[in-house]
Amino acid sequence: MSETVMSLHVGLYHFLIVSAILFSLGIYGVITRKNAIMVLMGIELILNSANINFIAFARFGLMNLTGQVVALFVIILAAAEAAVLLAIVLNIFQQLNTVNVDEVDKLKN
Amino acid sequence: MNMNWYDLTFYVFAALTIISAIGVVFARNIIYAAFSLLFAFFGVAAIYVLLAADFIAITQILLYVGGILVLIIFGVMLTSRAYDVEAKHGLLQIVPAVFVVGAIAGTLIGVLTTTKWPVTNSLPYEETAKPIGALLMTQFVLPFELASVLLLVALIGAVMIARRDRVRKG
Repeated sequence: MSETVMSLHVGLYHFLIVSAILFSLGIYGVITRKNAIMVLMGIELILNSANINFIAFARFGLMNLTGQVVALFVIILAAAEAAVLLAIVLNIFQQLNTVNVDEVDKLKN
Repeated sequence: MNMNWYDLTFYVFAALTIISAIGVVFARNIIYAAFSLLFAFFGVAAIYVLLAADFIAITQILLYVGGILVLIIFGVMLTSRAYDVEAKHGLLQIVPAVFVVGAIAGTLIGVLTTTKWPVTNSLPYEETAKPIGALLMTQFVLPFELASVLLLVALIGAVMIARRDRVRKG
């Protein structure tokens, strides 16, 4: 197993770089999207990138199976979070007839 | 440059994941973004398999693709006024967002690639479902039970939030 960054042979660094790219794309989605459901998709990308890190270190690092168990809990929390967020979004849509995060500013005034 | 099948598989699925994620972030139509997210989840599941996490990969497919993605698509269908509604793409601080994300990505990749991680030698591939089950019942039994309670509370709460309007009227 190669430990250098520039090697074509896949090691820990390759998984970390994929995870970093996914994380950045998720952040970009969260920042630029107006639709609340698109923001949720960005958050899911971020959670997936964190999971890749956990499992990569479970395989290559010193975490053994603990990393995989933590990744399992992350998936569970993501499910709960998605359910609650979509319920809130549906309620906002019923009340205000929009799901754009920049138009929901009733608390401002 | 002798790439073996493992490397080739990794590059194929990493490319699939990243291209799909780009599709999620930049798609103009919200339905296209949801379907890109489907492929991104499958790509991540394949990466889990390459990392010898078979149980997590199956859980990823079952929960993300079977659960969260269906929820998201239901949310899209229930909140879009027309099927082909534009996703209200951006124009929300595009230029600062590019700078911020570029800074985050540069910092992350720089830190991740220059750090000397303590790396073990390659472990054997073995099934993980049984040891994960044992860990959940011994070392992680408290978080496990908390997670079950949290899921119950979150789902009941979600139902109550989504239905409050109708309950009040009825």
